[in-house]
Amino acid sequence: MQVTINGEPTQLAEDATVADLVAERSDGHGRVAVARNGDVVPRSTWTTTRLTAGDSLEVLAPTAGG
Amino acid sequence: MLKDPRAPREGPSCPPPLASSQRDPAGGPIDAGSGPLQGGLHDAADPFALGGETFTSRLLLGTGGVPSLEALEAAVRASGTQLVTVALRRVEASSSASMLEVLDRCGVRLLPNTAGCRTAREAVLTARLAREAFGTSWVKLEVIGDEHTLLPDAVELLDAAEQLVAEGFTVLAYTTDDPILGRRLADAGCAAVMPLGSPIGSGLGIRNPHNIALLRAGVDVPVVLDAGIGTASDAALAMELGCDAVLLASAVTRAREPETMALAMRQAVEAGRLARRAGRIPRRWHAEASTPMEGLPEL
Repeated sequence: MQVTINGEPTQLAEDATVADLVAERSDGHGRVAVARNGDVVPRSTWTTTRLTAGDSLEVLAPTAGG
Repeated sequence: MLKDPRAPREGPSCPPPLASSQRDPAGGPIDAGSGPLQGGLHDAADPFALGGETFTSRLLLGTGGVPSLEALEAAVRASGTQLVTVALRRVEASSSASMLEVLDRCGVRLLPNTAGCRTAREAVLTARLAREAFGTSWVKLEVIGDEHTLLPDAVELLDAAEQLVAEGFTVLAYTTDDPILGRRLADAGCAAVMPLGSPIGSGLGIRNPHNIALLRAGVDVPVVLDAGIGTASDAALAMELGCDAVLLASAVTRAREPETMALAMRQAVEAGRLARRAGRIPRRWHAEASTPMEGLPEL
């Protein structure tokens, strides 16, 4: 299925979950957050939240900032 | 009989001098991370209470603009800070793992910001995401009006602050130096009000000291001077005006020697705080002799 991840159209497996996405995208630490269609996906639901075709996802991580 | 001109004048006594072991050797090497350099007199006795926590350092450091992770670590250690701001960005553009490693090693607490948000909706969502990512309900709330001035949008800011407080966030609100807006933010339940001295990254210092002092006098929550600091004297002035702490980033991270400037800022904040506590003398139009005129010989 096609979803949009951080502004880029991306193909994912039909049964992909938010947890799968985080595992693929995060660079080895847990301090990541995910927004799906403009809402926060709580960490506790990452493994059970299945993605749907057309979803718009933001996968965010810390960076330097004032 | 001549009165000894060296005799102390009447009035409040001076605080005891610092023990020599507490003094920073003049011109000595920067001692990064081996405890307070000039702390003893005030650190323990003058804790900084913020959001239900207690800190000994009154300097908050932003990480934006830092040239390298080595420079970041040296600056964080030299500054003595215990609270460091970070931002949230798309993973491809983030510097996460290595930066977090450095900050974790320094033992500082992370304060996520909502930098770049233009509306209350964006800021609230960013704060919720930061809570997920960092596991903290503390947030430096920043809602800017445009990207040229980076000045806060008062209307969106207050709206976001009210929503986040209602959701249980500990909100540290970056705001203009408007005393009335500061009071509205404090009334809304913000844990701290953080007025700018001048625009972010401008290094213009505190453009309206009168407003900062008025804002300080008008709220019961901590006031943190945030943005505009250019050099150490600006940080000292903020504390002399009554601010409880100073938050700065560019002044250190973009200095030619970030580590040295971090130490300068630490000492400036400490000096300004001590001066505030000690109570400055009133300004006078004319001179007031410190040597007594009584007993002046006729020569």
